[in-house]
Amino acid sequence: MRLSLLLNETTPVPAALRGTMPDPTVQRRGVDPRGPRFGALVTAFVLAVVLATLWWPLLAVQAVVFASGAAGRSPYAPAWKTLRSRLGLAAPSELEDPRPLRFAQVVGLAFAVVGLLGVGTPVFTVAVAGALAAAFLNGAFGLCLGCELYLTYLKTSLTLTRRSTV
Amino acid sequence: MLTVVLVLLTTSVVGLAWRARQGKVHTVTSQDALAHEVRALGAELGERATLVEFSSAFCAPCRATRTLLHHLAETEPGVVHVEVDAESHLELGRRLDVRKTPTTLVLDREGREVRRATGAPRKADVLAALPA
Repeated sequence: MRLSLLLNETTPVPAALRGTMPDPTVQRRGVDPRGPRFGALVTAFVLAVVLATLWWPLLAVQAVVFASGAAGRSPYAPAWKTLRSRLGLAAPSELEDPRPLRFAQVVGLAFAVVGLLGVGTPVFTVAVAGALAAAFLNGAFGLCLGCELYLTYLKTSLTLTRRSTV
Repeated sequence: MLTVVLVLLTTSVVGLAWRARQGKVHTVTSQDALAHEVRALGAELGERATLVEFSSAFCAPCRATRTLLHHLAETEPGVVHVEVDAESHLELGRRLDVRKTPTTLVLDREGREVRRATGAPRKADVLAALPA
């Protein structure tokens, strides 16, 4: 009941921000919050292997995964659905806004790209360690740093567009 | 390998500290009265307290917070619950330094912020934070 109300509630996007953000009418569908947590645990595992072996091609693969997530097509989403039905888990009781999650994937992608640019230097280790910390925090504790940044990002882009138009 | 262990250990400490802090109610030193802002949101200040909740549509802890604050407003005399969508009130959120959802501000009868909680607060904590 309450959920249907929320689904119909279209949060007006400030005119200044249009075009810089995904279309809210398309993005309004929620996702099962356990899906991204599962994805974060897999990501943390992959990044831990990268950090232990310093094998950069695996980070390149992870970068592609981050990019797919940023585009709203995380390969872990269908994987989670299969796992959920295998384990006989119930459908989600609450849904989560996909926009902060996608923003977090963009942040992850940035870390992966910086790491790849710094292969062979300490930059690689620092970037991978940072991404691993963020993925582990999300997977193990439910603290999604990239999602926390989303509101900050919205506010900053609002300020910037205001400034540039004034 | 050692690096991996170090990163995971440090992160676990941060994660546990974050969990412990979630929903804790903090005392806020006196601010400007927010009576005007509350009225702009189409509500009136409560005679005893006003619970201003910044939330966003699909945030799971926001749902729990909304239910709790709504319940408190119904059971506690003179307490009003005002819900604000953080995304459509970015300006207000920035002015009040709201960085994440849910954030709950407890206003006294004059509309001054006296307490603040980030994350889903516990019922007992909100009750204790209400001005007498």
